[in-house]
Amino acid sequence: MQQLIRSLTEEQLKQDIPLFRAGDTLRVHVKVKEGQRERIQLFEGVVIQRRGGGISATFTVRKISYGVGVERTFPLHSPRLDKIEVIRRGKVRRAKLFYLRKLRGKAARIKERMTHK
Amino acid sequence: MKGILGKKVGMTQLFREDGTAVTVTVVEAGPCVVLQKKDETTDGYEAIQLGFKEKKEHRSNKPELGHAKKANAKAQSFIKEIRGMNPEEYELGAVVKADLFNEGELVDVTGTSKGKGFAGAIKRHNQSRGPMSHGSHYHRGPGSLGAIAPNRVFKGQTLPGRMGGERITTQNLQVVRVDSEKNLLLIKGNVPGPRNSYLVIRSAAKGV
Repeated sequence: MQQLIRSLTEEQLKQDIPLFRAGDTLRVHVKVKEGQRERIQLFEGVVIQRRGGGISATFTVRKISYGVGVERTFPLHSPRLDKIEVIRRGKVRRAKLFYLRKLRGKAARIKERMTHK
Repeated sequence: MKGILGKKVGMTQLFREDGTAVTVTVVEAGPCVVLQKKDETTDGYEAIQLGFKEKKEHRSNKPELGHAKKANAKAQSFIKEIRGMNPEEYELGAVVKADLFNEGELVDVTGTSKGKGFAGAIKRHNQSRGPMSHGSHYHRGPGSLGAIAPNRVFKGQTLPGRMGGERITTQNLQVVRVDSEKNLLLIKGNVPGPRNSYLVIRSAAKGV
């Protein structure tokens, strides 16, 4: 039964999603429609959560914009997402980084995760 | 009016071209067999009796087998009449499939809602809760049952009791996609009942 449901959404699932997890810094290319024109808008920040599976999976990116914290939640397989770039991998010890909301500046830094070869 | 019988498979979502997600319920609709035709002269109304999901022969009793045999079919586990479906258009034993419906059409879906057991007045009748603290001893009760003078409780008083497990029809749901190969209907939103429960899908009575 689950397989049947998955097979229905299969064609909408993206295959080219890079590996990323909470703590990583992403640059998300979002398609924005302005009247007739369509352009790409960038949203750059730290992933604070990934949730869900299959077609309904989403991830939340947080950034500080002009001193104000901004979070955006994207459906992972949304056709509005043009591209996801991983800029930096972060070393964190939990899957949801909601504690970052209370932290500012230096305290909100995340150590870089070095991958072994 | 047209209708088909089905089984709820589960829910998922689809993306539209503009990026908005549509929540859909996947319904396995048909193939159904026309078991009996009812018409004005013999029965007083027009309807078609559909059967869904073949039953194993050793699990069916003789009346069931005999009834199905008239339509040259196997015994079916879920049988319902669809009223208003023109009996002249269908032959006995004909197969009705999910492609009876088209994309974008509005349907009414009937099923048995999930049973909630013995539920209190708050859950069952959307009543409000009393204060939980500050010395309040009234938390989730049913409230006042009315005046003293009649010396009885009026009928229809909202009290705790069995909730759910009843026949529910959800109207005006949109068919988002029809998969005639796998006999699936993808219906926007949710339909009554748990997964694997049987459903009757009819074209919308009211429409919009």
